[in-house]
Amino acid sequence: MSKPTFVYVTYIAAPPDKVWQALTKADISEQYWFGYRVEASGKPGERMTAYNPAGVKAHDDPIIESDPPRRLVYGWKPLYKDLPDERMSRVTFELEPFKDQTRLTVTHDDFDEGSVMFRMISKGWPAVLSSLKSFLETGKGLQPSWDDEAKKRAAAGA
Amino acid sequence: MIDIARFKPKTVYVIYIASTPEKIWAALTAPEFTTAYFFGSAIEIEPKEGGAFVMRKSDGTVDVSGEVVEWSPPRRLSVTWGVRWLPQMRDVPDCLVSYDIEQAGDSVRLTMTEAHQWDVPDALLSGGRAGWPAILSSLKSLLETGKPLAIKMQPPREMLDALAALKR
Repeated sequence: MSKPTFVYVTYIAAPPDKVWQALTKADISEQYWFGYRVEASGKPGERMTAYNPAGVKAHDDPIIESDPPRRLVYGWKPLYKDLPDERMSRVTFELEPFKDQTRLTVTHDDFDEGSVMFRMISKGWPAVLSSLKSFLETGKGLQPSWDDEAKKRAAAGA
Repeated sequence: MIDIARFKPKTVYVIYIASTPEKIWAALTAPEFTTAYFFGSAIEIEPKEGGAFVMRKSDGTVDVSGEVVEWSPPRRLSVTWGVRWLPQMRDVPDCLVSYDIEQAGDSVRLTMTEAHQWDVPDALLSGGRAGWPAILSSLKSLLETGKPLAIKMQPPREMLDALAALKR
């Protein structure tokens, strides 16, 4: 058995620097990432932080690589207490320009076999990245219902 | 009759679209939409189970063809899928492509599932894994903004190599 790896590719009608800003600036992320303020504009060794809409810290993870606007890698271990205690996984964003568009590839890996977090992120990323694409192309993010548990958590806090 | 149970899902792509199930159904089944987002191919589809299904390139040649397995507007469309435009694909068994359309909050979740009836090597799956994100990203843009994306794509090298290896 190989370890679980999630890969999602999306094409966005916006140049890589716009996509980069949206992935790394909290003021932009909260407009499409279901109200989450995700800050990841630091250098390797600095932190990626995320606050949920209730203002509760959801992430404080290491930035592993940052090469704007091409490649961003950070650790992933949400701070929510009701999650199983799994080791930190890894998220890699690769941004490739094509004309005025970006091909964005998100690879989320470094999970143990049978990871519960893997199942959660496999549902979550398509919703987040669909909303990101809508936001950059139309100015308006989505509010899809993709996971009831996540919604409760966002409303209530950790 | 096609034995659906033989087909095992190998590639799944989920995308959320600010639209309605009816519009997404139209985008999947009407040629004026598919020519905009499906690399220029026009769909011809008989709206019933067992009906014929073709994606035709602008020069008239057949891109993909198959048979309708499920026609349940606007919730589920399932067709057998044989890639005809690449001569090397001629002896590869057809796969099954299904689209599930569900309301999800303020948007609609479109799930594409590509299922195979044989032990298909991963390298052969690379074609679909490269193509579906481009096709469905463009479909989403078309429905949300009125403009599809400009995407140029060649069959992945690893897929062509795997097809060549099958011949030997």
